Amino acid sequence: MNDARGDLLDVLELQSPQDVVRLRQATRDRAIAAGLSLVDQTKIITAASELGRNTLIYGGGGRVVMSVIARDGRRGVRLEFVDEGPGIPDLEKALTDGFTTGGGLGLGLGGARRLSDEFEVVSEVGRGTRVTIVRWRAR
Amino acid sequence: MDRIPILRMGRYLLVSIQVDMHDQLAMALQDDLTNRIVADKANGVLIDISSLDVVDSFIGRMIGNIAAMSRVLDANTVVVGMRPAVAITLVELGLDLEGVRTALNVERGMALLREGS
Repeated sequence: MNDARGDLLDVLELQSPQDVVRLRQATRDRAIAAGLSLVDQTKIITAASELGRNTLIYGGGGRVVMSVIARDGRRGVRLEFVDEGPGIPDLEKALTDGFTTGGGLGLGLGGARRLSDEFEVVSEVGRGTRVTIVRWRAR
Repeated sequence: MDRIPILRMGRYLLVSIQVDMHDQLAMALQDDLTNRIVADKANGVLIDISSLDVVDSFIGRMIGNIAAMSRVLDANTVVVGMRPAVAITLVELGLDLEGVRTALNVERGMALLREGS
């Protein structure tokens, strides 16, 4: 699915564990297109994997909007994870390492924040969650 | 369902992960390895992750679980071939793989297993 900006913006559905594998591959393609270093590619792909799994497990599935963006002559990768799940009642708690309601390690959200240059969560209980991350190409 | 192959070499089990694993595949590997340690009376497990360009918290947890389960079953686990970018990312993610022995390559990993038994 593309918008007027052409092939730089895509939507990927996240409904199965295989979709998370697709998400990692699609993120890598965009990270390479944005000129990210190998370490920065690895960081954004890992962050995407954590957030994609969250969307799947906690959000009950959703989608990710992926784009290669430019600001001040610098390129980057922007990923927006959207679900219509139960939402996060206590964001601060959810961002704390080791806190989990799903039996994982509780590193997903906080870890993704550390691996990103920009990080934003908007969540409404009963309505859903939107997590946006950006990783810029290093100057 | 797909499975990651487990090879036996003497008293050791060798696994080389060559594909980007989805979570169920990682869980299946964890179960298969645990069963094979007992069935094959193995006392060492070597896991080569040199083909993996990403290790997230789920795969990291699986590696930690395999190491813990093999320890309980009287076997050692060595993880070899982690890429530098993966190591940097894992630490930043907050996973230090405590209790998991690592080596730079298969040769050094096998030497570690032989020492340990």
